[in-house]
Amino acid sequence: MTEVNLVEAVNLALAQEMAADDDVLVMGEDVGINGGVFRATINLQKQFGTTRVVDTPLSEAVIGGMAIGMAAQGMKPVAEIQFMGFIYPTIDQILNHASRLRNRTRGRLSCPMVLRAPFGGGIHAPEHHSESTEAMFAHIPGIRVVIPSSPARAYGLLLAAIRDPDPVVFLEPKRIYRIAKQEIEASGEALPLDTCFVLREGSDITLITWGAMTHDTLQAADALTEEGIHAEVIDVATLKPLDMTTILESVAKTGRCVIVHEAARSGGVGAEIAAGIGEKGLLHLLAPVERVTGYDTVMPLYRLEQCYMPDKQQIIEATKKTLEFV
Amino acid sequence: MAVHKTTIKLTKAHRIRSDTSESVARFEIHYHRCLNAEGLPVYSLSEVASDPERLARLYRAMMLTRLFDTKAVALQRTGQLGTYASSMGQEAIGTAIGTAMRPDDVLLPTYREYAAQFLRGVSMTEILLYWGGDERGMNYQQSREDFPISVPVASQTAHAVGVAYAFKYRKQPRVAVCILGDGGTSKGDFYESLNIAGVWKLPVLFVVNNNRWAISVAREQQTAATTLAQKAIAAGIRGEQVDGNDVIALYDRMRLALARIRDTHEPMLIEALTYRMCDHTTADDASRYRPDEEVEAQRVYDPMHRLKRYMLNNGYWDEHKEQQLNKACIDEIEAAVKAYLETPPQSPQSMFDYLYEDLPDALKVQRAHAAGRKRDD
Ligand SMILES: Cc1ncc(C[n+]2csc(CCOP(=O)(O)OP(=O)(O)O)c2C)c(N)n1
Ligand SMILES: [Mg+2]
Repeated sequence: MTEVNLVEAVNLALAQEMAADDDVLVMGEDVGINGGVFRATINLQKQFGTTRVVDTPLSEAVIGGMAIGMAAQGMKPVAEIQFMGFIYPTIDQILNHASRLRNRTRGRLSCPMVLRAPFGGGIHAPEHHSESTEAMFAHIPGIRVVIPSSPARAYGLLLAAIRDPDPVVFLEPKRIYRIAKQEIEASGEALPLDTCFVLREGSDITLITWGAMTHDTLQAADALTEEGIHAEVIDVATLKPLDMTTILESVAKTGRCVIVHEAARSGGVGAEIAAGIGEKGLLHLLAPVERVTGYDTVMPLYRLEQCYMPDKQQIIEATKKTLEFV
Repeated sequence: MAVHKTTIKLTKAHRIRSDTSESVARFEIHYHRCLNAEGLPVYSLSEVASDPERLARLYRAMMLTRLFDTKAVALQRTGQLGTYASSMGQEAIGTAIGTAMRPDDVLLPTYREYAAQFLRGVSMTEILLYWGGDERGMNYQQSREDFPISVPVASQTAHAVGVAYAFKYRKQPRVAVCILGDGGTSKGDFYESLNIAGVWKLPVLFVVNNNRWAISVAREQQTAATTLAQKAIAAGIRGEQVDGNDVIALYDRMRLALARIRDTHEPMLIEALTYRMCDHTTADDASRYRPDEEVEAQRVYDPMHRLKRYMLNNGYWDEHKEQQLNKACIDEIEAAVKAYLETPPQSPQSMFDYLYEDLPDALKVQRAHAAGRKRDD
C-alpha cells in the first residue's frame, strides 16, 4: 500500500506501466526534466530516458497527430497537453483521425493512445486555464473520455486507458490533484473503463457527477445524511461511452436524480445523462431530473470563479427541491 | 562532377541533369547590434543615439517595466495577485516596439510585453487587474484597437494577419505588430500566418522574443534551425536578428521595419535575442531545469545596464537623474497598485453582460441565478 494524492497516482501509474511495457512512451511540453507543470511526470525522464519521456516543441497539433502515428505502429503513447485550454489544436487529429482510424481501415490500423490533460477551475489559474470542455470530446464517436476523481481511480483508470486498444482522452481534475491522499494498492491492476462507480449507496436520491465535483457532491451527501437524507453518489468516470445501466439501476431505486457538473450547462454531458434517464427511466422518476452546473458563460477570471463554480450548497438545495417535488 | 563508376550504365540525359544542377535559392540572416554589453558602440549609431531625450524615454520605459515586474511578483508572493509572468531582462524589446509604433497601429501581444503595452497607453492598473483575475484589465482605455494579451501561444499571429488584411483592404497606412516567443515559433499557427502574410503581402510585423526558453524547453530543443528569423525566409518574408538587449538597435530596426512595411505592405519578422532572467511565471521554479550559472552569465548583457552605461559615457545621464527617475517610477507604480487594490470586484452577473451584444432570453434565468451568488472575497 502506498499513500498518494491524485497527481502522484497518475505518476505512479505512468511509471509502472512504462516499466512493464516498453511500448509505452510519455510526451508533451515540459514533461521531462521539469516533470510537467503539475509534476505528473516527475522523475520519469530520469528513470526512462529522453527517448521514452519526450519534451516536445510547443506544437499541440503535432503532439496529437504524432501520437496517432506512434499508436498505429503499436506503440502506446501517453501524450500530455499542459492545460485543457491548449488541447484544441489536437481536435482535428482526434476527431478526424484518432477516433476513426480503426473504422476507416476496417480494423487494419488502430490507435491505442492516451491524451492526458488537467482541466477545470477552482485554483485561481490565469485565463484559459480553468475551463471544463469534456462534452466536446464526449461528443466524438470512437474515443473514450475518462475522468478520475480519486487517487485510486486515477491510478486504476489510467492503467486501463493506457492498455485500452482505442484512443482515450484522460482528463484530470486539477482542483483535486492534491486535495487528499489515499492508500492505494499499486499492484498494477487496472480499474474497468466504461463503468460508473457507485461511491456511496443511498435510497432517497441519486447524485451523479464526475471529476472535481465528486468531492463537493460527497460533501453535500454527508451534510444531507445529517438531515436523514440518504443520497446515492455515482462517479460517472467514463463519460464516453456512458454506462447508463448503472445510472438507470440507481434511478430505478431512488426515483430522483440530480446531475452535477462544473462544465457549462447546455450541451453538457449532464444533458446526455438526463436524456438517457428520460428514455429508459422515465417511469421510475418521482421528480424531474435536476442539474447543478456551471453557467453558459465564458469561464470568468479567478476573481469571479467561485460565482461560476457549482458548490455544495447548490447540490443540497437541488436535492431538497427534487425531494420536495410531488 | 565526377561520375561514380557503377555497373549501371547512366544515360546521357542523366549525366547532363546532375551536371547542370544549380543553386536556386540562398539566404542570409543579419544580426544587428549597436552597443556591446558595456554600452560601447560597435557599429555606427543612428541619430537616436545622440538624442539624450529620446534615450531617456527609452530608459524610462525599461525602468518602469522592471520596477513594475518586481512589484507584481511581490504582490503575487503576498497573495494580492494571481499567477504573474515577469518580463525581467527583456524590457528592451517591448520598449522598442512601443516606441516605434504609431498610435494607430495595432499591437497583438503575448503575456510578456508590458513595456510595449505601457507605451501604448495600457495602464499598469489594467495589467494588474488582468493578472488579478478581473476581465476589466483587458478593456484598455487607450489603444482601443489593441488586442488583449494572448495566452494560447501563437494564436495571436493569425489575428495579426487578419488585422493587417483589414488595413490593406481599407488602404490604411497602418501596421499590425504581433509578438510571440521562441516556443511560439514551433506552432502551426505561426507558420500558417507567416505564409499568408507573405503570399498576400500584408502589413504585419512579427516580433519573436527569443528568450531562449519556453518554460523548461530550451531554444535548441525547439527547432534545428540556426535562427528563428530564417523561418520567415521560407514564407518569402524578410527576417533578421537583433540583439534583444540593445534597445537602440531594436528601436532602429523596428522603426525601419515599420516604415518599410507601411510603404510596401510587405510583412517582416524580427527575432530579438534576449534571455528570460526570471522564472517562467510565479508558478514556475526555473532552478529545476536550468543551471544558475547560465542565468548568472547573462547578467552582464542586461539591457538597462547597457543603455545606462552608454548614457553615462556620453554625459547624458547621472546618478541624480537615475534616482529621480527611480522615484518617479515607484510613485507611479504605487499609485497603480493602490488603484488596483481598491477596485471593487465585478458583480457575479457581469459574467453574462459581455457574452453577446444582447443577452439572449435563454440566458436570463441563469443571469438572475448568478446575481444571487456570493463572492469569496
Ligand atoms: C498553445 C499553448 N500551449 C501551451 C501553453 C502553456 N505555456 C504557456 S507559456 C509556454 C511557453 C512559451 O514559450 P515561449 O513561446 O518561448 O514564450 P515565453 O514564455 O518564453 O515568453 C507554454 C508551454 C500555452 N499557453 N499555449
Ligand atoms: Mg521563450
